[in-house]
Amino acid sequence: MSLNILEITYLIASLTFVIGLKMLSHPESARKGNLIAAVGMLIAVIATITIYQPFDSSKAINYGLIALGLVVGTVIGTMMAKKVKMTAMPQMVSFFNGMGGACAALIAVIEYQNHTIGVGSGFDGELLVMLLGLIIGSVSFSGSMIAYGKLEGKIKDRVLPMNQLINMLMLAIILGLTVYKMLGYGDSMVFYGLLVIALIYGILFVMPIGGADMPVVISLLNSFTGVAAAFGGFLYGNKAMLTGGILVGSAGTILTILMCNAMNRSLTNVLLGAFGGNKAG
Amino acid sequence: MEQLLNYIGENMEMIYFLILAILLGVEVISNVPAILHTPLMSGANAIHGVVVVGAIIVMLHASPDNYASLIVGFLAVVMGTLNVVGGFVVTDRMLEMFKKKPKKS
Repeated sequence: MSLNILEITYLIASLTFVIGLKMLSHPESARKGNLIAAVGMLIAVIATITIYQPFDSSKAINYGLIALGLVVGTVIGTMMAKKVKMTAMPQMVSFFNGMGGACAALIAVIEYQNHTIGVGSGFDGELLVMLLGLIIGSVSFSGSMIAYGKLEGKIKDRVLPMNQLINMLMLAIILGLTVYKMLGYGDSMVFYGLLVIALIYGILFVMPIGGADMPVVISLLNSFTGVAAAFGGFLYGNKAMLTGGILVGSAGTILTILMCNAMNRSLTNVLLGAFGGNKAG
Repeated sequence: MEQLLNYIGENMEMIYFLILAILLGVEVISNVPAILHTPLMSGANAIHGVVVVGAIIVMLHASPDNYASLIVGFLAVVMGTLNVVGGFVVTDRMLEMFKKKPKKS
């Protein structure tokens, strides 16, 4: 019975995300839309803590840490968001986006520890969902941090020789290792190897892109984090996470393309723009 | 191959859900004016902070003597909360600028 209540709160949360996003795309209702989505989020979080698992006093420390984590995150998040200058908003968004990506990757890391692997027992859907959450979350985290650093002026534009070639190569390695792991080979070293390579890939992915194009890249990484969150939702069969994540994943991708259109450029042009940009400048 | 089909079969409901949500996401934000691009990105950023729910679930599953899981899970909760709270507050601040100024002043 109480689990049904939990499902209903997730339904409400999912609805607020859809409605919130819709209202955010109209100037008159945008602020209210943001508020509605925030209320939905609060409901989902409170319901998860109170209903998901009956309180068990032997797990008091878990509850204490959750509460502490929520308080610390809220205090720091509010302070950072209130203090930031209006002109520094995009990098702030990028920073928070990176936090979400890291959160998704860490969830995959812990769940992997708890996951029993049957070697050669065929297709393991849970493992695939974890690997995808890990890779996309990590790329989003390191990429967002670089984007943040660039907009803050702490990191200069640097292009490695043959950067695009190296990126393609790394992407191929990531794909290869994922398939290798999915076929049941390799121990947890492969898993952590993927984590490290994905982090490096995120850095190299954003590094050559010019500072003026950063908002587009942040929007793209934003949709990456959405997808990573959706994989987390898939792992737990959690519909609030699934809707929230995938909505941002698809809406974010479209938004990225709209932003490119607004600048009269194509997405490929922005992502590979380092070459053209250097020639022009 | 059979396990793959089984996995898809077992999760059919979620897969339907996934595909419909993708289409909905595209539909919901088409026709957004350029001035709202950044606030919309920021609002979407806060919404994917729902990943914090996953971090809380991880923490509820963790055994109380598994310190490694507890520490990593705690970090995940902090980061997820930063994403949610920071995201919504930043978006609100951006949208504050759109507020129509009172005519008298």
